[in-house]
Amino acid sequence: MNQEKFYYDNKIPRLFAIACIFWGTVGMLLGVIAAFQLAFPVLNFSEYMPYLTFGRLRPVHTNAVIFAFVGNGIFTAVYYAIPRLLKTPMWNRALSLIHFWGWQFIIVCAAVTLLMGYTTGKEYAELEWPIDILITIIWVVFGINMFGTIFTRRERHLYVAIWFFIASWVTVAMLHIVNSFEIPVSFMKSYSWYAGVQDALVQWWYGHNAVAFFLTTPYLGLMYYFLPKAADRPVYSYRLSIVHFWSLIFLYIWAGPHHLLYTALPDWAQSVGTAFSIMLILPSWGGMLNGLFTLRGAWDKVREDPVLKFFVVAVTCYGMSTFEGPMLSLKNVNAISHYSDWTVAHVHIGALGWNGFMTFGMMYWLIPKLFNAKLYSRKLASAHFWIGTLGILLYAIPMYWSAFRSYFMMKAFTPSGQLEYEFIDVVQTVVPFYVIRAVGGTIFLIGVFLMIYNLIKTAQSGDFVESEEASAAPLVKEYTAPKNSIWHSLIERKPLLLLVLSLIVVGIGGLVELIPTFLVKENIPTIASVKPYTPLELQGRDIYIREGCYNCHSQMIRPFRYEVTRYGEYSKAGEFVYDHPFQWGSKRTGPDLARIGKKYGDSWHFNHMLEPTSMAPGSIMPSYPSMYENTIDKVSTNSKIHAMRKMGVPYPDGYEAIANQDLEKQAMQITKGLKENKIEIASDKEIIALIAYLQRIGTDIKLEPKK
Amino acid sequence: MSVIIILLLVSISIAGGFLIAFFWSVNDGQYDDDTSPAQRILFDNKKINTNKK
Repeated sequence: MNQEKFYYDNKIPRLFAIACIFWGTVGMLLGVIAAFQLAFPVLNFSEYMPYLTFGRLRPVHTNAVIFAFVGNGIFTAVYYAIPRLLKTPMWNRALSLIHFWGWQFIIVCAAVTLLMGYTTGKEYAELEWPIDILITIIWVVFGINMFGTIFTRRERHLYVAIWFFIASWVTVAMLHIVNSFEIPVSFMKSYSWYAGVQDALVQWWYGHNAVAFFLTTPYLGLMYYFLPKAADRPVYSYRLSIVHFWSLIFLYIWAGPHHLLYTALPDWAQSVGTAFSIMLILPSWGGMLNGLFTLRGAWDKVREDPVLKFFVVAVTCYGMSTFEGPMLSLKNVNAISHYSDWTVAHVHIGALGWNGFMTFGMMYWLIPKLFNAKLYSRKLASAHFWIGTLGILLYAIPMYWSAFRSYFMMKAFTPSGQLEYEFIDVVQTVVPFYVIRAVGGTIFLIGVFLMIYNLIKTAQSGDFVESEEASAAPLVKEYTAPKNSIWHSLIERKPLLLLVLSLIVVGIGGLVELIPTFLVKENIPTIASVKPYTPLELQGRDIYIREGCYNCHSQMIRPFRYEVTRYGEYSKAGEFVYDHPFQWGSKRTGPDLARIGKKYGDSWHFNHMLEPTSMAPGSIMPSYPSMYENTIDKVSTNSKIHAMRKMGVPYPDGYEAIANQDLEKQAMQITKGLKENKIEIASDKEIIALIAYLQRIGTDIKLEPKK
Repeated sequence: MSVIIILLLVSISIAGGFLIAFFWSVNDGQYDDDTSPAQRILFDNKKINTNKK
């Protein structure tokens, strides 16, 4: 058979590898800063500028780690492994470069806009609509390049790693498009098309599957390629890997509602989420065991080789996380863990252990290969391994501890039926744990610096292999498919590429038409007393979103005695029909705000936002002096009201024209009230809008005081 | 909760797409041999070209 000669391009994987390590360092550094901020609020630097408060920094940290660090890690693996698995170079070098630079551009835009306060307010999907469009374009470029490579392959069999990459690409595309449905109000501001419960469901359908199809399946593809390569032995059971793949992707997509247990989401949806989450343990552990058993009989190598050490701990962390995940999806366990530091510990076992250590292992293996050199120092790599492991432990253990401690404090009642602890007591109890956690993160980051030094030294000692020559026989075109030749003729050649792309286009088009029709009607309130926000409240709500308050405050009271006593009547689905986007939150570093309205006076909020410790001694909340300087953006009121009505919020026709008058009237009222409390402030400052919003939250339902 | 219809449509179409992919892969003979693919990835062309700039 005639052999064809071709070259693997190593420059693209090198670029992605550098980007991965660079953004990883940035993302982790931001994480460390955010962690210290929770213990030492002075680090928010909010007296000087509004850009670095926890509420803005934390989304940059999460986005950087997920999409910049892990994202570039995925692309490194894809651009290195796929050509070698398919015996062909990547389909189009220009697309590879567009993909690389496009992705880095997106990351920079994301970091800048998030710090400036441009956010949709939906976790891990915070980026505003122009960036969302950019992401879609670059993702499609990546897809064309990957499928182009698959269709021009010289190896008929698609190795399991490739299946993981394909599934990740397809699903992430869908998730991103569906969850990013938003109506633009201005260049960098939009509202989610969905409201309240619906928005919550879509968001966590997305959120959970972002974990599944961005942090997990592509990294499983990475595991199935790099782990056998590093151990130089085939995967334990190829058959198991196939079962692992197909069962995992069929189950993952249904598990999202487990992020909303005991919320206002309908019970049956919660149960569906729980059921699928429990089932997920089977394929997940199948994959973990397949990874670990690959090293059977090679444990002596693990003792020697830092690459394998990293892989073993990574796969073990994957196993721990995917055991913990289903457990956290049980309602009784979730009652403890939800809104607590437990969730934070859980995701960091995944992010630091699974994604972090997989990436480190891959880099220690790949960089010497790319530079045709030996790893500069195995000892240093081993040191990194132990430092990293210690970092993970120091991170996770205090978080578990603080989660349980705060749970027991939150639900403690005195014999006379009063809550035993104030929320602030709980905060002060967990602050020391936050310090240890931050130290754990710092130690983990030090390990990364050791790696960077080690890899630079390795690269310097070798010569970069720009391209590798390889040869293989071309794919026999006249492959006779067994029996069922419809699939074969339909899919085998280029038409499939067309099919895939046209499906995407049709899918997007169909959704664009479907979603408004479906959702607008839904906003007819089921609770008659629930009314749209006034213009001032709406502006205040946008400030609440801008500052990322949802990062620390939930707006969802669960139906437990200890929550109802502390925060007020539990939340009902009908209360949120005008909430574009929903702001239920996922973590209570501060207290729930679902019934904050009218709980304190305006002057309390005024003083509290300016200096939280003046009203709540021991508070770790940042201050927001800039809100007392900035004026409300009245120009946007018109288009905001207009956008809201388009989505079915029943503002009267022509209300846009008079909305600002109402806004000013309400602002004057609030300033007048403040003046009676000897507080002088102009009525057009942002703090007035925020107070208006805070005083509104949860007050639509009039509650009879219960005895 | 009408959004659930959209999510179901999207989720089922993704799952359906995967199902088609699964049938294709089985019919294509992707899994006729479940030993050698695992071995094959370990063998790379060893010839290395260092084309320096």
